Amino acid sequence: MVPLSYYLVLSGILFACGVTGFLIKRNIITIFMSIELMLNGVNLSFVAFAAQWGKLSGQIFVFFVMVVAAAEAAVGLAIIIAVYRTRETLNVDQVNLLKL
Amino acid sequence: MNGAAQVTPQAVEYIRILPEIVLTIFGIIIMMLDPLMDERRSQRTLGAVGLVGALAAIVATLYQSQYPGVGFWGMVNVDSFSVFFHFLVTAVTAVVILTSYEYMEVQQIRAGEYYGLILFGAVGMCLMSSAVELVLIFIALEISSISTYILAGFRRRAAISSESSVKYFLLGSFATAFFLYGVALMFGATGSTSIAVIGQVLASGQPPVLAYVGIALMFVGLGFKVAAAPFHVWTPDVYEGAPAPIVGFMSTAPKAAVFAVLLRILFEAHAPGRLWLIWVVAALSMTLGNIGALVQDNVKRLLAYSSIAHAGYLLVAFAALPANGIPAAMFYTASYAAMNVGAFAVVSHLASAGERYVTMEDYAGLGRRSPLLAATLTIFLLSLIGIPATGGFFAKFYVFSAALQANLVGLVIIGVLNSAVGAYYYLRVIVVMYMREARQEVPVSPVPLGLGVALAISAVATIYLGVLPGRVLEYATRSAGDLLR
Amino acid sequence: MTPSLHLVLIPILPLIGAAVNGLLGKRFSRQAVATVALAFCGAAFAMALWIALRFSSLPIPLTEYVAPWIRAGSFQADFAFYLDQLSLVMMLVVTGVGFLIHIYAVGYMWEEGGFYRFFSYLNLFMFFMLTLVLANNYLLMFIGWEGVGLASYLLIGFWFTKDAAAAAGKKAFIVNRIGDFGFLIALFLLIKHFGSLNFADVFGTIVENSTQYPVETAGAGLLTAIGLLLMVGAAGKSAQLPLYVWLPDAMEGPTPVSALIHAATMVTAGVYMVARSHVIFDRAPMALTVVAIVGTLTALFAATIGICQTDIKKVLAYSTISQLGYMFLACGVAAYSAGIFHLMTHAFFKGLLFLAAGSVIHAIGGEQDMRKMGGLRDHIPATFWTMTAATFAIAGFPPFAGFFSKDEILWRASQVSLAYWGIGVFTAFLTSFYMFRLWFLTFFGEYRGDQEATQAHGGIHATGSRAGVPAPHGHSGIHESPKIMLIPLAILAILSVMGGWIGAHRFELFLAPVFSSHQTAHLVALTSEQAGQITAMEHLEWVFTAISVAAAALGLYLAWLLYRDRPQLPQRIANALGGFYHAVANKYYVDELYAVLFVKPVVDGSTSILWHGVDQNVIDDTLNDSAEAARDVSDSVRHMQSGNLRSYAGWVALGAAGVIAYMIWMGTR
Repeated sequence: MVPLSYYLVLSGILFACGVTGFLIKRNIITIFMSIELMLNGVNLSFVAFAAQWGKLSGQIFVFFVMVVAAAEAAVGLAIIIAVYRTRETLNVDQVNLLKL
Repeated sequence: MNGAAQVTPQAVEYIRILPEIVLTIFGIIIMMLDPLMDERRSQRTLGAVGLVGALAAIVATLYQSQYPGVGFWGMVNVDSFSVFFHFLVTAVTAVVILTSYEYMEVQQIRAGEYYGLILFGAVGMCLMSSAVELVLIFIALEISSISTYILAGFRRRAAISSESSVKYFLLGSFATAFFLYGVALMFGATGSTSIAVIGQVLASGQPPVLAYVGIALMFVGLGFKVAAAPFHVWTPDVYEGAPAPIVGFMSTAPKAAVFAVLLRILFEAHAPGRLWLIWVVAALSMTLGNIGALVQDNVKRLLAYSSIAHAGYLLVAFAALPANGIPAAMFYTASYAAMNVGAFAVVSHLASAGERYVTMEDYAGLGRRSPLLAATLTIFLLSLIGIPATGGFFAKFYVFSAALQANLVGLVIIGVLNSAVGAYYYLRVIVVMYMREARQEVPVSPVPLGLGVALAISAVATIYLGVLPGRVLEYATRSAGDLLR
Repeated sequence: MTPSLHLVLIPILPLIGAAVNGLLGKRFSRQAVATVALAFCGAAFAMALWIALRFSSLPIPLTEYVAPWIRAGSFQADFAFYLDQLSLVMMLVVTGVGFLIHIYAVGYMWEEGGFYRFFSYLNLFMFFMLTLVLANNYLLMFIGWEGVGLASYLLIGFWFTKDAAAAAGKKAFIVNRIGDFGFLIALFLLIKHFGSLNFADVFGTIVENSTQYPVETAGAGLLTAIGLLLMVGAAGKSAQLPLYVWLPDAMEGPTPVSALIHAATMVTAGVYMVARSHVIFDRAPMALTVVAIVGTLTALFAATIGICQTDIKKVLAYSTISQLGYMFLACGVAAYSAGIFHLMTHAFFKGLLFLAAGSVIHAIGGEQDMRKMGGLRDHIPATFWTMTAATFAIAGFPPFAGFFSKDEILWRASQVSLAYWGIGVFTAFLTSFYMFRLWFLTFFGEYRGDQEATQAHGGIHATGSRAGVPAPHGHSGIHESPKIMLIPLAILAILSVMGGWIGAHRFELFLAPVFSSHQTAHLVALTSEQAGQITAMEHLEWVFTAISVAAAALGLYLAWLLYRDRPQLPQRIANALGGFYHAVANKYYVDELYAVLFVKPVVDGSTSILWHGVDQNVIDDTLNDSAEAARDVSDSVRHMQSGNLRSYAGWVALGAAGVIAYMIWMGTR
């Protein structure tokens, strides 16, 4: 059996990849995908912990996270379209009217 | 838990989420009415429906308060603590809807779902304050956040509004992921997502490192939502770009709800090792917020920095002993909600079409052009400074005296010094209003009924809390007792 | 049981007046506004008098509960008012002098815009001041304390079209916040240790547990800390070193405001607070010493600045600071009743001085520079005579009021340290000098007004006490003020002459129940130890008195010599003194010093400190400068706010990393 720590390390790496992606990518869509990656890292550890404790609630939590992520994606893409309409770019470095 | 055996919830359990049900129903009604109505005339009707919904939710809250207890398999817990925040959130919702009435017309925004989204957001915030299960807290947090993401971008034609929306959305989701990771680790450390169970486990022995990291990550996520430094960076941008009444809404109601969650997680769950963490974050928030606000010329941005500072003052209460700190924090959220919603109501009235007039200069001479409006804004600003006879004074007073009783002398000194610095920039607005001649003729339209009522409610609440804080504080103290039991 | 005195009405009456005028005043005629303001203020005075008349039949001290206010756990504060000898004196002074100044203000402000606003603010001030004086706990007192600050801020900035007025208002507000900072921390300490802010509870606890709260002679303890913090608050409100800088600027406000708030009542709140807290100070000798030293130095310092001022109101402002210093000196040597006595006589003569100065300014069309006055004696005789009474009173000539109170302070101070007495007498000499300088420059010699007024000189008409509407400011021709302004002057003049005849000893006996009831055995022992020494000195009292009167006479002579007999001399002396004179004339560059000490280091390196130290533009600009400094700091904070989403996420991630690292460290410890 694969020990728990492997899952946790993998989930940590996934999460860190997501954070890094958020920090270095310039396209808003890519940044958004990085967030999804972070959430999936979290999901992995939920499932791993659920198996460890022998409790279903962790896996049910994963379903909720997926649902919420879907809702977030729907709203997020709409917002991104709105930005594209006003600014005609998806480069996040150019979306900086508000500052200081 | 013990309710797990029972398959269908009892009727009384529905009462325990009655305000949420009421808000949801009215929200759905608005969404369904919207496409059926003529776009130009729908605004008033839908706004009225929204207002009725918010008022009905207040009534539902009062009704609900007679049926305390847990419901839905230990997911929600109605106690005086949750009732306090329910009341606060629904009252803020009603006032914001009143404020939006005129604003939407002036800005020529004709989307009816605006009011629906406010109500849905309120559902999430209400649920946050009564949820005692991390799953539900997460869902409630997302309901409230997603609604506010959309609302922030509601002035679709303005580039800054959609920018504010996308920044809020991306950073908000980023922070949520942290929160969620924290929940996962906490689940791993304790084997449960119920706050009560987590509390028992953590209090029963030396908590594992995993629990510490879990708390840290949850704190990051929630700290982001309340705009505490160093997670505050989004606040000025988002507040500047979002529609003014919505800023009034999202700087008070969701913040109050998240503070409620923080209180539950930190105190009810006996989170370990929080003191210095909160100490530093509170000191940083107060200082960065106040210093940042000193140079702002845009009033919305100024109030955004001010809200960072106020989050800092509030966090001071979290570092105090629970018995004093919780009531102080609750009192602070209430009085901050009253004064800030009021201040943004004035800002949204003066903003005019396209939010053109939001800089300090546009406020010059307001004292003479519209004495009553200026006087009302002065009350809110004085309260934000913390002058006696306003809610802001007692809010700070309780928070600082609670902190002193926990021997946090350093933090109190930082806090009091900060409030002295803060006096400067609020005063600048007052000075500009009363002691400068207007340089350009900025139009000041008469105050319509809805806005007048909204302003009156916030002003009366601000002064009530400043003159007779006793009853609210007593209630908060009782709630703290409920929470700590 | 005594029937209720309805003490609450005393502050509430002016509040009603303020509300009526503030809300409806715009539609009222001037007469109606004045009637409302005077009626409500007068009613409060009448009530105070009524209480004073039946005072001896009342069970003193007396507390009247109005309503419960805050009850949170063990902490409790009520809306309750407290009447004892001390609050009675304060109440009478505030309502009495306040009422007279209200009357005067009707005449003075008649031609000004915003008449109703002015009286609304003035009544509001009375409300807060009376709350401060009558409160039975520190919290309610603090509400009054902040409230008077607010009202003062509104009134200083009343002529908001003047930039200087707006800036001065802001400066006063912010400097006072520094003082309030100390006061608030003192309150928190009191709550923490006594669980209460009620005067009776706090003082009762201290007196009953004298072993737990001994006189802190050995070192600084809790009470010393509280005392020092209270003193910070008092120094802010009462314009003591080093927080006095706001008061001279506050003279931008209308003259009745200067008389009421910045001379007679509000600025004495700090003295009242120290006297009220005497139980704490009695047990904190170190705090008392600080009070005494701050008072003495302020008295001397402000008096020297007063000598070189040319603006008539500025002279009086520095003189107020200096006299307040005397009051603190009195408190610092535990002669509280002497301090309160001086507070009372000072309210009479300094109120009068300001009102008379206002009458002078009014007479010559708004001019405040004394170098452009002179020879006004014949043109405004009523003003001249009342001002003369006040001048002799403040200079300390018997039998005027100031003599008795100042003499008592100096005598009591001499028993503690001859240094206090010496500086006090020297200050008395300076006081006499600058006051007679003002007197000679204003009323004697030739009129030195500008061209337009000089032409009018030929046709100067003393219109005497012309009733009715006074002429608008700025017109030529010197004229006496209307009756409505002269009557308060006359009453205050009578009080300035006779106010001291009660005698310091009788006054002390009257206040004795307040100041002696809480004395511990230890303190009594201390006094009896010194008793022999004191009685030995008792017969010397007249010598001390003679010396201080001589000092006053010397001041008068010197002023006569310099400003009457040989007017060219002052310039030569100024030239001879060179740098020192300039330092004094520029108020020792304190404003600049503050700019340098507290402001510039934040802004930039030491090179510009030296440069700015002599930069004339910095004068009176401390606050603007600190604002600039704050801006610079603020700008650096703003660099966090680049507008770039990715950098924001970087901050969040960085913060998260910090939090996680800290928590892991906590968890593994």
